[in-house]
Amino acid sequence: MEAITATQAPHQPAGGVQGAPRGSPGGASWAIIRSRDNRVLLGVAGGLGERLGVDPIVVRIAFAVLAVAGGVGIPLYLVAWAVSVEPGAAAASPAPARRPLARQNLALGMMVLGALLLLRELGLWFGDPIAWPVALAAAGAAVIWARSDDQDRARWTLAGARIPGNPVEALFTGRVGLVRIVVGGLLVAMGMGLGLANQGTNLAAAVPVLLAVATTAAGLGLIFGPWTSRLARQLGEERRWRVRSEARAEMAAHLHDSVLHTLALIQRAASSPEVVALARRQERELRAWLYAPPVPPEGRLRPAVEAIATRVEQLHNVPVDVVVVGDAPLDAPGRALVDACQEAALNAARHSGASLVSVYVEVEDDQLTGFVRDEGKGFDPEQVPADRHGIADSIRGRMQRHGGAATISSTPGEGTEVQLRMPRAGP
Amino acid sequence: MSARGAVRVFLVDDHHFFLAGLRAELGGQFEIVGEAAEVDAAVDGIRRTRPDVVLLDVHLPGGGGRAVLEAVRQTHPEIRFLALSVSDAAEDVIGVIRAGARGYVTKTISPPDLAGAIRRVQGGDAVFSPRLAGFVLDAFHGDLTGVVDPELDQLTAREREVLRHIARGFTYKEVARRLHLSVKTVETHVSSVLRKLQLSSRHELTRWASDRRLV
Repeated sequence: MEAITATQAPHQPAGGVQGAPRGSPGGASWAIIRSRDNRVLLGVAGGLGERLGVDPIVVRIAFAVLAVAGGVGIPLYLVAWAVSVEPGAAAASPAPARRPLARQNLALGMMVLGALLLLRELGLWFGDPIAWPVALAAAGAAVIWARSDDQDRARWTLAGARIPGNPVEALFTGRVGLVRIVVGGLLVAMGMGLGLANQGTNLAAAVPVLLAVATTAAGLGLIFGPWTSRLARQLGEERRWRVRSEARAEMAAHLHDSVLHTLALIQRAASSPEVVALARRQERELRAWLYAPPVPPEGRLRPAVEAIATRVEQLHNVPVDVVVVGDAPLDAPGRALVDACQEAALNAARHSGASLVSVYVEVEDDQLTGFVRDEGKGFDPEQVPADRHGIADSIRGRMQRHGGAATISSTPGEGTEVQLRMPRAGP
Repeated sequence: MSARGAVRVFLVDDHHFFLAGLRAELGGQFEIVGEAAEVDAAVDGIRRTRPDVVLLDVHLPGGGGRAVLEAVRQTHPEIRFLALSVSDAAEDVIGVIRAGARGYVTKTISPPDLAGAIRRVQGGDAVFSPRLAGFVLDAFHGDLTGVVDPELDQLTAREREVLRHIARGFTYKEVARRLHLSVKTVETHVSSVLRKLQLSSRHELTRWASDRRLV
């Protein structure tokens, strides 16, 4: 076991070359950090795997083989646990997930093989008939399960939000997955065959035969256990997801039919402006929820303009009609135009006394245009009250900073319109 | 129009409260000749009563407002339809307009505006809400590849300008004044846009509306 602990050191720099943070403070760089997320017993194998850059399952199988071969795996595991550290403080600088290299897996395999031979020489050995078949079967299991979980998961995630129709198919269609299963299966079969052949028909060896069968069964369980449980989990998730989405569609249809109508009725019939505004706001929120795109289009102009209505209505109880033509990524000039529109709309809601504010934004090839209009009391541009002057300046300022322009036209008694223009950067 | 001169209106809506509200609001100014709550009853009732204007809910059990439009227009193309809906999803709006409705308003429209819209449709004009104008500008926006008939598949500069003003919230009268046109000319432009919307083979139109399919 000294030998194994010592061989860990040369692997250190190899990890560093791959980009893992080197020499983390506190001198803990050499330590095995027990894995928090990837643990079966104590997280030792997970931590060791991360440290060595191999799949934890390979490490686990190595421990298992050493445990079966002569029982050395168990004390070895305990020693590794003793020298490793809890993830706690050290987890503050988590090592990035390393890609396991085939070379490193091979190295670990060689180390286990060497250890097996050493143990055999020392006499810590259950005997050839058991140890070798088990080692072969375990190697097969390792080949099959090394990383396959993660890769499948990644592949399925890449396939999009869509749940694959048939998880078995998904597992087998991966070319690598198929090769791995064939190779691993062959190794397991060889282990089995060797185990049985060694025992022959010798009745006196009934106990070792049973032992070999049991270990083979355990190997098969190791191979197919995770697979079947994962299959079951995926199927269950798919079913839950379908039930959820059906329930959601049904609820949306119901809400659309009944609640939106009720809110529309209230807006038409209620005499109190507060009630009307409340119904309108509820309608907008419900609509946003019902029709929300599956992925919120962050950083687009259209939703940013549409958000103006919600904000103004919340602050001033004045309904805002928003019409957007076209869409574009929301760059800094676009953001300035949206902010200027919102300021103009807030201003109209606050001062004009109009019962409705209209916001219109169009994305043209060479410019963005915005219009914010009310049919309120308006004002004489020649005699602008000081407070409104300030707001007009701030709207203009926003636009001019990005090369745009703002025009404010108003007639007393007829309302106000703020017109905004912002040139677009060439495509 | 009836002998009394009132516009004859048929109401199609499957929400009874809403129907009752409409009846109460419009009863004084229009002659309500019938009501229906689903597609088959609506088609039968409209064919029997031959109203001037049908107020048509877009979402109806049994095929939706489009089914009513398509059935009635085969036998009675002179009957005019104004679509009314709580939904202002693009697909719904473009769908009923292309099926032959002469206008589209949302159910939150104020009673006087609704009465005005019914009269306008009865008079043969089109009713465009700001949102519908925005949809049309959006749908006719962009490249012209695949355009079959340039006359039908794109808007003139004037039509675009009129629609922009409607989208900005101006009434037809205000648009006319701002663009130095007569109200009649504005109405002609809007009707022409409606015709293009109904007849255009512009490939974006269908794709565009279905891209915006929301439920």
